Formats: sequence, C-alpha cells, structure tokens
Amino acid sequence: MKSEHEIKMWTPTTVVWFLIMLAGLALIAYRLKAGLGAVTNLNDRFPWGLWIGIDVLGGVAMAAGGFLIAGAVYILNMKKYRPIVRASILNAFFGYVLAATAITLDIGVPWRIWHPIFMWQIHSIMWVVAIHVVLYTTTLATESSPMFFEKLKMEKAAGFIHKIIVPVVLFGVLLSTLHQSSLGAVYLIAPKKLSAFWYNSQFPWLFLVSAVMMGLSMVSFETILSEKFFKHKADPAILSGLARGVLVATIIYFIAKLYFLFTGPGFAAVFNGSMEAKMYLLEMIVGVVVPLLLLSVKSVRENVKAIFFVDILVIAGVLLNRLNVSIFGVYRDQAATGFSYFPTWMEFVVTLAFIAFAIIGFKVSVKFLRVFPQTEAQH
Amino acid sequence: MAKATLIDLTRCIGCRGCQVACKEWNERSVKQTVMTGNFTNPPDLNSECFTNIRYIEEDKGDLPVWNFIKNQCLHCKKPACASVCPVEALKKTEDGPVTYTFERCIGCRYCMLACPFYIPKYEWEKAVPWVRKCTFCSDRITSGMVPACIKVCPTNTMVYGEYDDIMKEANTRIANNPGKYVNHIYGKDEAGGTSWMYLSAVPFESLGFNMNVPNTSLPDLTWAYISKIPAVIGVVLTAGAISWAITRRNQNTDKEE
Repeated sequence: MKSEHEIKMWTPTTVVWFLIMLAGLALIAYRLKAGLGAVTNLNDRFPWGLWIGIDVLGGVAMAAGGFLIAGAVYILNMKKYRPIVRASILNAFFGYVLAATAITLDIGVPWRIWHPIFMWQIHSIMWVVAIHVVLYTTTLATESSPMFFEKLKMEKAAGFIHKIIVPVVLFGVLLSTLHQSSLGAVYLIAPKKLSAFWYNSQFPWLFLVSAVMMGLSMVSFETILSEKFFKHKADPAILSGLARGVLVATIIYFIAKLYFLFTGPGFAAVFNGSMEAKMYLLEMIVGVVVPLLLLSVKSVRENVKAIFFVDILVIAGVLLNRLNVSIFGVYRDQAATGFSYFPTWMEFVVTLAFIAFAIIGFKVSVKFLRVFPQTEAQH
Repeated sequence: MAKATLIDLTRCIGCRGCQVACKEWNERSVKQTVMTGNFTNPPDLNSECFTNIRYIEEDKGDLPVWNFIKNQCLHCKKPACASVCPVEALKKTEDGPVTYTFERCIGCRYCMLACPFYIPKYEWEKAVPWVRKCTFCSDRITSGMVPACIKVCPTNTMVYGEYDDIMKEANTRIANNPGKYVNHIYGKDEAGGTSWMYLSAVPFESLGFNMNVPNTSLPDLTWAYISKIPAVIGVVLTAGAISWAITRRNQNTDKEE
C-alpha cells in the first residue's frame, strides 16, 4: 500500500483540529455532568439552538452525497463516479455518526436515545427522524464495510456485501429521501412560529432538493480537496458531472423557492428591510442565485477552481438555510422580554469539534483504507 | 368524559390563591425573581411555576384599572406537544388533561417548539431534566377531585365540568350579558380548540394573549406529510428497481466489466 506512506498524519493543521477535538470532548463530558443549561444558552423560549441547526440539520444535509453517489453508481450504473463512491459513502457515514452523536448530546436525557426504537409514536416526525437515523447509519456502515473487511483480509465478508450491495444502496436511497425531507417536516407543526419566508406546506421537499445541492457540492468539494492533500488524481469529468448535477438541483430549487415566495409572503416582502428578509436574501443570493448563474456557464463547469468556489457558495448557502429555519426564522416569534439566544463559546467549540472529528476520521481512513481505489490502480 | 374549564376573567381579583395552591399540590419549589416594575411574579411560567397571574395596569382618568389574567396550559383538544412527542411521554388523556411521563421522555424538547402557547418548560439547570407544565391536576381528576387552582379560587373565576356543558355556559354568559364580554371565547377555535377557555371584557390582544395561533388543529399539518410516506416508499423502490434493471441490461450489452 504505497499511499499509506504518502500521507503525513501530524501536519500542523491536523494538530490544531486534534486539539479542538480534545477541547470538544472535555466540554461534552462537562455537558453530561452539569446539564444543558450549564453549557448552552438555550432557554424556555429557545429550546433548539446551534447544535440542532448546524450539527444535526446541516450535518445530515452535508451527508446527502453518500446516497446520491451510491445510487448513481450502483443503481443507475454511472461508472464514471466509481472512483469517488467509497469516499462519498465514508463521508456520509461520518456525517451521520456525528449528527447522531450531536442529537444524543442535545437531548436532555442522552442515555435514553434508544427509547424511540421501542416506544413507537408514528404521529411524531421526531420519531420518524429517529428511526431513519438508526436505519440509515446502519445502512451506511454496511455500505462502507468492504473497506474494513479488505483491510482485515476478510475476503468472504467483503464478497458477501458486494453481492447484496444493490438492494442495500436502494434501501439507503429510500431512507435518505425520507430522512432529508422529514427534517424539514419537523417544522410543519410551527406554522406561525416559523417566518413565511421559509414556512409552507411543501417545505419538506425543499429540504430534500437543497440536500441534493449540498450533498453533490460536498462530494465535489471533498474530491478537489483530497486531490490536493491526498495526491490522488480525479477525473475532471467527474467534477463537471457533479457540477451539472448541482446545476439541475439548483434550478429546481430556485423555481420552487420563487413559487413559494409568490404564493407566500410575496415578492415585495423580500425588500421590506426586516431581519428575516435580509437573511432570506443572503441565503438565496449566496446559495442559489450566484451558483445558478455561474454554473450555467459551460466553461465554469469545466474549471476546477471555479467549481470549487461554487461548491463553497452552495455549502454556505444551504447551511445558512438550515440556520435560518432553526434560529433566524423563528427568532421574532420566540424572543420575548428576558429571552434571547446567542450560542455560548462552548456550543461553538463543540460544533467545531464535530467538524474536527470528521476531518481527522476521514484522514485516518484515507491513510489506512482503500478509500480511493483508483489511486491504487495508477501506482 | 373530557373535562374542561372556563376562566371568566371579569371575576378574577388577582389574589394569586391559585398560584399558591398549584405550587403546594404539585410540590413545586421557587425561583429567584427580580422586581421589574410589574406585579406579575414570576414574570413567566417556568419549570417550578405551572400557573401565574399576569397583571396589566392601565391608567383611565384618575383611577388605575387592573386586568388579571390566569396563565396555564390550555390542554388542547388535539395537542401539538403530544403529537410531536416521539415516545408518547406527553399524552392527551380521555379525562381532558395533557399528561407527562418522565420515564419515557428523552428530552428532545420538540414539544416546546410545537406548542403555540409556549407552555412546556424545561429544567435547564438540572443534569437529569424534566419537561414541566400544568397537569390539569390529572391525579386529582382521576380521584374525583377538582383541580387545585379551581378549588381554591375565592371568586369562582373558573367553572369546571364536562366540555359540552362548559361551552354552553360560555355562550350563555355572553348572550345573557350584552356588552359585558367581547364576543370571543378564547380557546374555542384556537389551535383547533382547547379544554381551557377564556371570557374577557377587554379584547384578548390587549391582555397579552397570543393571537398568532392558527385556528386549525396543528397535528393535521404534520400528518399530511407522514401519511404520504408509504406512497414515497412505493415510488422510490419501484423507480429504483426499474432504473437498476434498465441500466444493468445496458451494461450487459456493453460487456465491459
């Protein structure tokens, strides 16, 4: 395994991420001992904050690349994307483990996280979401297991997974479709709390489409980064293909958002100067309009640097959308005399620690597992 | 049979007897509060306080005019909090109360997001926190007693009984006293109807009532999505299987791998 020696584990950046991860672990221990009030600024009018907005809603959307690329390769037989399928699935797996960990820490009684598996309440979106997290994380573990089996020289097990991979991937696609949209459906219960800029009855499906934008952009972003850091060569056709996918999803998303703007608060509301209007504009310009304009130019879709820039815009835009839904969009209704919300430094550090864990975890995997099989073939 | 309560705000004298009785029956502690220039104390419901009286002072001519508003859970007929609870820790009972079972609760606080009246409160300061809110004294109701706050009220501000009788009483009071009440029973339609309802002489919006509440049952909004899930499963699995079959046939004709 030649690539093993090419990746230097302890670069200065990795050391910094590692320290952030340690700080996060210490804060997690403190949270478990002292409770949510000691670590977060959450209160009776703001029951959900940064961890739900970024770590759970954002994290799950970021992980959408796993089901998209797995589906493209194993169901639609698009061979072009085979070199990045393992990386995408592994990333999604990390994303879901992190989102699941974040929700476990965010709930008040973490050791009861298993309750929804046995205490069914099918009218609750939260129950639907919980079941999806459990099933899909298991599915992702199954999908990425061949990498580990290979490392452990368990050829038979790897072969078995290979045999059942198509139904497993299809199951994963199904779970993701439902899970991404369910996270939006969480907010259906709050028609008056969530601003009309975001709330509408078909809101869950918007979450699904924006997750597709985010997922494909993440895959592209990570492919470009790992090309740089892990020195493997990705086919430029893969990146332009992903960019085309992002473009299609963004067009659908843009049209849907316009439709709900006109049928909801109306076009004029965007310029009413309110905090919600400004956040909505920011989210739409950064994450939708500019990427749409740029990606519709063919030369942009063939330029790695330009694609990388658009990836960052889309990722930031969709993350902002999740924050707008979970914090800014409900802020006006939830705020009251004596009640406001801005995260504590501890909430920020724990969020950063999750990102650190994902980066380090992925790096370790690339070093020790065959994440980029194509690299091997070239050596 | 479902119980209900009518709060006739014109009868309340702001003695806070209900607040004390509630605290005693439910064995609630106290929280430190600060003087804010307002008699409402504590300023909001919290995990130790399931009911309080809101004091609204107006200057009309020489004399101050007071309005007293009793706050507590309204025990919706179709409660959003119970519908969103993933583990059925919150539940609408047949008697009318929306009750809470800590042993099931995972602490996700979705109930707090879902409640249009901001009623469920959390024990943020504790390592093992409960969701706390008015229980409608479900323990008293099941043993045939009247809820503590109603029992103790010296002016009979509250009328307690079967839902249909209470609704009839509310309509009768408005009809028999022309000009006394605003023509609005708060809780008749709010959030699809609640088990606790209010009558007032002053428009509810000027008394700090939440008017930003839909007049429809909130759980229906969620169910519209959940009930589509089986169809989505069917579509995704069928579409997936068909596209796999087609692309696989193409691959076999290619004979590449």
